[in-house]
Amino acid sequence: MSVIITFIQKAIVQGICMLFGADGEILTEKSGNLNLGVPGMMYMGGIGGLMAAFFYEKSTDHPNAFAGMVLSFLAAFCLAALGALIYSILTITLRANQNVAGLALTTFGTGLGNFFGGSLSALSGGAGQISVKVIGSAYQAKIPVLSEIPVIGDIFFSYGFLTYFAIIISLAMAFFLKRTRWGLNLNAVGEDPATADAAGINVTLYKYLATVIGGGIAGLGGLYFVMEYTGGTWSNNGFGDRGWLAVALVIFALWNPINAIWGSILFGGLYIIYLYIPGLGRSAQEVFKMLPYLVTIIVLIITSLRKKREHQPPQSLGLAYFREER
Amino acid sequence: MNSGVKEPLVHMTKREDMSLVMKMAVRIIAILLSLLVCAIFIYGIVKMNPVQVYEGIIDGAVGTERRMWITIRDAMILLCVAVAVTPAFRMRFWNIGAEGQILLGCIASAALMIYEGESLPLPLLLLLMFVCSFLAGMIWGIIPAVFKAIWNTNETLFTLMLNYVAMQLVTFCIVFWENPKGSNTVGIINAASRAGWLPPLFGLDYGWNLVIVLGLTAFVYIYMKRTKHGYELTVVGESVNTAKYVGINVPKVIIRTVGLSGGIAGIAGFLLVSGSSHTISTSTAGGRGFTAIIVSWLAKFNVWVMAVIAFLLVFMEKGSSQIATQFGLNENASDVIVGIILFFVIGCEFFINYKLEFRGRHQEER
Amino acid sequence: MEQNCAIELRDITKKFGKVYANDKVSLKVNKGEILALLGENGSGKTTLMNMISGIYFPDEGHIFVDGKEVSIRSPRDSFDLGIGMIHQHFKLIDVMTAAENIILGLEGKAVLNMKKVCEDIQALVDRYGFDLDPNQKIYTMSVSQKQTVEIVKMLYRGANILILDEPTAVLTPQEVTRLFTVLRNMRDDGRAIIIITHKLNEVLEISDRVSILRKGRYIGTVETKEATVSSLTEMMVGDKVSLDIYRPEPHDLKKRLTVEEISCENGEGVKLLDQVSFEAFGGEMLGVAGISGSGQKELLESIAGLQELTNGKVIYHARRGTDFDLSGYNAAQINELGIKHSFIPEDRLGMGLVGSMGMTGNMLLRSFRQGKGFFTRQKEPRDLAEEIKKNLDVVTPSVDYPVRRLSGGNVQKILVGREIASSPSVLLVAYPVRGLDISSSYQIYNLLNEQKERGVAVICVAEDLDMLLDFCDRIMVLCGGKLTGIVDARKATKEEVGLLMTAHKEDKA
Repeated sequence: MSVIITFIQKAIVQGICMLFGADGEILTEKSGNLNLGVPGMMYMGGIGGLMAAFFYEKSTDHPNAFAGMVLSFLAAFCLAALGALIYSILTITLRANQNVAGLALTTFGTGLGNFFGGSLSALSGGAGQISVKVIGSAYQAKIPVLSEIPVIGDIFFSYGFLTYFAIIISLAMAFFLKRTRWGLNLNAVGEDPATADAAGINVTLYKYLATVIGGGIAGLGGLYFVMEYTGGTWSNNGFGDRGWLAVALVIFALWNPINAIWGSILFGGLYIIYLYIPGLGRSAQEVFKMLPYLVTIIVLIITSLRKKREHQPPQSLGLAYFREER
Repeated sequence: MNSGVKEPLVHMTKREDMSLVMKMAVRIIAILLSLLVCAIFIYGIVKMNPVQVYEGIIDGAVGTERRMWITIRDAMILLCVAVAVTPAFRMRFWNIGAEGQILLGCIASAALMIYEGESLPLPLLLLLMFVCSFLAGMIWGIIPAVFKAIWNTNETLFTLMLNYVAMQLVTFCIVFWENPKGSNTVGIINAASRAGWLPPLFGLDYGWNLVIVLGLTAFVYIYMKRTKHGYELTVVGESVNTAKYVGINVPKVIIRTVGLSGGIAGIAGFLLVSGSSHTISTSTAGGRGFTAIIVSWLAKFNVWVMAVIAFLLVFMEKGSSQIATQFGLNENASDVIVGIILFFVIGCEFFINYKLEFRGRHQEER
Repeated sequence: MEQNCAIELRDITKKFGKVYANDKVSLKVNKGEILALLGENGSGKTTLMNMISGIYFPDEGHIFVDGKEVSIRSPRDSFDLGIGMIHQHFKLIDVMTAAENIILGLEGKAVLNMKKVCEDIQALVDRYGFDLDPNQKIYTMSVSQKQTVEIVKMLYRGANILILDEPTAVLTPQEVTRLFTVLRNMRDDGRAIIIITHKLNEVLEISDRVSILRKGRYIGTVETKEATVSSLTEMMVGDKVSLDIYRPEPHDLKKRLTVEEISCENGEGVKLLDQVSFEAFGGEMLGVAGISGSGQKELLESIAGLQELTNGKVIYHARRGTDFDLSGYNAAQINELGIKHSFIPEDRLGMGLVGSMGMTGNMLLRSFRQGKGFFTRQKEPRDLAEEIKKNLDVVTPSVDYPVRRLSGGNVQKILVGREIASSPSVLLVAYPVRGLDISSSYQIYNLLNEQKERGVAVICVAEDLDMLLDFCDRIMVLCGGKLTGIVDARKATKEEVGLLMTAHKEDKA
C-alpha cells in the first residue's frame, strides 16, 4: 500500500513539472505558434527563480520566505516570458520559421540555465553549489492539517503550493479556452488567422500575448523543478528531457488542458514506473523509460488515422500569418 | 495591389530582388550586431575588455594546432548533420529527428567496435561500421516518413519523439557495454587495440573526418542539383500539385529522401564514435541534430554556405567555452553565445525577404 | 424618397495597373429590394463588391449609404455601415459551432453566454425561415448549411445590406429554392440585397431589378419584369468584337480522341462532370466554353489522367491505329504508354511550372526521367531552354533565372514552349491568354495554330467568347458539368453560345 502511495506521489511530482510546460505550450499552440523553445524556457524559468531567490537570501540575514517566493515566482515567469518574447518577435513580426526560432531558443535557454546554474556561486565570489534553503523549503511546505490525514492526505495534500497552482492554471485555461470570448478568438487565430482577421480580431496581438504568457507558464515548470523537486539547488542538465516531454504531453492531451492534468500524472508515472516494478533488470528499466515517448507516438499516429477534426492540432500551427498573402 | 486600403504606418511587402551583395551585407551586419551583444554579455559577467574577449575567443578556437583541429573536427560533424537534414528540408519535410538518427548511427558503430573489434580486419570493420551506421540512421528516418507519406502524420512531432526513444536505446545499450562495470558509462572503446578507430590520414588525426564529410557534402550537392532523385524531391517540396502533374510518386519520394537524410545523419554518428569520441553516451549527439537544422535553414539549402555557418558556430562555441573555463565558469556559456548569434541571423532574414515601406513614401510599383 | 435608397454608388472607378476593373460604374439598391448584378467572368462584379465591403478602395467615385456619403476603408468600416458580404469562399472556422462562428470577434462580456447567443440566433432563424442548428460544428455541414451560417452571421451583426457573391454556384436546385425563399423573406423585412450571378434563370426568378456590367463598364439597369433571357444575354455579352485572329482552315482531320460519357465527383459527392461525350480530331481546334466552374478544369484533367472518373471512357486513337482507354491510368502511366499528351494547366506556376526554378529546370519537368542512370541530363534541357527563349522571345535575364519572377506572358510562353516541344498529338490548354498582354496573346495564338496545322488535336478552354469564336473550329459548351451543345465556331453567334452556357435544365425547353 505504502509503495503505491509513494508511486502516486512521485508520479504527481514528476508530472507537475511537465504540466506547467504543457499548459504553456497549449496556450502558445492555440495561437498557431509551435514553440519548440519549451525546454529552453523551462530552463530560463528555473534559473530565473533560483537566481532571484539566491540574491535575495544573500542580501539579507533574515530572509522572509514569502517575499522570497513572490520574487522568485515573478523572476521565473518573467525570464521565461522574455524568452518567449524573443521567439515572438522572430516568428510573428519578423516571420522567421517557427521550428528554427524555437530550437534556437532551446539552445539559448538551456545554455543560459546551465551557465548561470553552474557559475552563479563562482560569479558571486562563493564556492560550491548554490542552495536557497529557506525559500526552497517554503515552496516544499505541505498543506498543514490536511496532509496529516492518512492515505488521502498523502495522495492529495502532501505537495507544495505550485502543484495546486498547476492544477488551477489548467482548469482556468480550460475555462478560458472554452467559455470566454478571448478564448474563442484565440482558437480562431490558431485555426485560421485570415478568417479571424476578417472577423476583426487583432491576430498579431493575440499571438504575442498567448505566446509570451504561455512561455511564462512553461517557465514555472522550471521553477517547480528547482524549488519543489530539488529543494532549491541546481544540477546541470538535471532537468533532463522533461521539456520535450511537455511538448509530447501537449499532443497526448490533444490540446486540452484538462486532459493535460491526468496526462501529466500518467506521464510522470510512466517516467518512473521502472523503479516500482519489482525484478526489472537495468536494461529492462531503460526500455520502460521509453514509454512516455512511445505512447505519444502512438497517440500521434492514431489521431492522424482517425482524422477526428477536434483532435487535430490547430490548423495554422507552424505557419506565419501575412495578411497580404491572402 | 492594396494601395487603396487604409495604409498602416509601416507597410510590408515581399521582395525578391535584393542583390547578392546586399543580402550578404545584411547578414554580415546581423552577425556583427550579434557579436556586439555577445561582447556585452561576456563583459557584463567577467568584466573583461571586449577586445580581449574576442582575442580570447580566437585563441580558444584556433589558438593552438590541437584546438584548431578540434574546431575543424566538430565543424565537420555539424556540417555533416546539416547536409543530412537538407534533402528532407528541401522537400519541406521537417525532420527534427537528426539527433536520434545520429544516435542510431552511433549505436551501430559502437556495437560493431565492441563485438567485432577483435575479429575483423580494420578496413573491413570500418567499412561495415560505415554501412551499418548509414542503415541504422536510415531506418530511424524511414519510420516517420512512412507515416507521413501514407497518413500525413505530423513529422515534426514524430521525429522529435523518436530522438528520445533513441536516447533510451543508447542507455539500454550502455547497460551491456559499460566499462568499467558499475560506472554507467561505456568508456573509451578498444582503447588499447584502437580497433574501429578511424586512423590518421596524411598524418592528420582527423583527416578521414575531413574527407568523408567533404565527400558527403559534395555528394549531397550533386544529388540535389544533378540527379533525377534530387529533381523529384525539389519538385515535391515546391508543389505537390506540380509533382502530380508530371506523375511523380510523392509517397515514394518522401520515404526515399527522408531515408537518405537519416542515413547521412547516421554517418555523422559513425564519425562521432569512430572518428572523434571513441565512446558513446546519450549526449554524444550533443544537440547537433537541432543546431544543424538551423544551419541548414539559414544556408537556404546551399551546402557550401552551411560549411561557413557551421564553422562560425563551432568557432564561437569553442572560443567562448575556452573563456569560460579560463574564468572558472561553466562551458555552457557557449550555448548562450551561439543562441544570441542565431537569434540575430534568423531575424535578419526578414529584411532580406521583405521590404518595409513607411507611410507617405509609398508609391505605385511597376 | 431618398431615404428609401439603401446604398448608392456613383461613378466608381478602380484600376489595377493600366487595366480598368471598373470604369465609372453607378448602382443603386433600395431597401426591400433584390438587385441582381449580372456579368460575365472578369466583368468587374466582384471588384465592385469588394469596394463596398472594404477590401479595395475606389480610385474615383462616391458611395452613399442611407443617403449620406461614406468612405469605406476597411472591412470593419463596411461592417459598421451595416453591409455584410457573403463570399464564395466561406470564412468560417471548421472546428467551431455555427453559434461560435457567428459571434467570433464581436465585442461583449468576457465570459460567453452561449445559451443566450443560441436563443438570439434561433430567433433570427425562425424569423426568416432558415434551416440551422446553432450548435452544429461547421465541418459536419454541407455547403448550403455553411452558406446559411454566413448569412445568419451577417444578420446577427445587424447587416441591412447583404451582398451575395454567386450564392447558388455550389447549391443543389432544392437548396437554391430554399435560399430564395429566405432571401425573399429578408427583402420583405426591408433589407437590401445584392446578388452577384451569371445564371439568367435565377436572375429572372429572384430579383426585382438587374444591373449589368460588361468588361468593367456599367451597361444599364432593367426591371426584371421587363427582361427576358435573350435581352439579358444580349446586354451581358454585347456585340461580337472581331479580334482578327488568324484561323487556318482545318484539313486532314483524323479522329484522335473519343470521350464517352465521362463523369466525376468532388469529395462531397457533387457531380463536376456529368455524362460528357465528344470527339476530338487531329488538325482541329476544339474550344470549350462555359461559365467558370462548369467542369472545364475537370474535363482537361480527366483526359490528362489527373482526375479520377466515376464512369466513362477516354479513348485515344493512336496514329498507328491502335486504341487505348486512358480512363484507368494516371499521368505517369499515360506517359509510359508513349502517348503524347501535353497539358497547359490554368495554374501555371502552381502546377505547370516550378516557380523557383529557372527555364532550364522547368524544361526538365517533362523530361527528367529520360536518359539512363542516376543523373538528369544537363545539356538537352539547357539547349531547349535557350531555343525557346530565342524562338518565343522570352524576356529573362538568363535561362536559370527563377520563372516566378518573370511576367505572366513570359511564364506562359515558357510553359507552352515546353509542352509543344515534345511534339504532342493531343494538346490540352486552359485559359491560354488569361492575364497576357495583346502581343503575347497573339504569339500564343500562333503557336497553338501551328500545332493545329501539324495535325495535333488541340482542346482549348477559355472564358472569352469573342476569342473562342474567332480562334476555334468547333466550340463545345459546358454548363454545370453537362455538355449543352457543340457548335461550329464559324457560324455560331455569341448569343447562341451564351444561351448554351446558361442552359440549365429548367429553361432548356
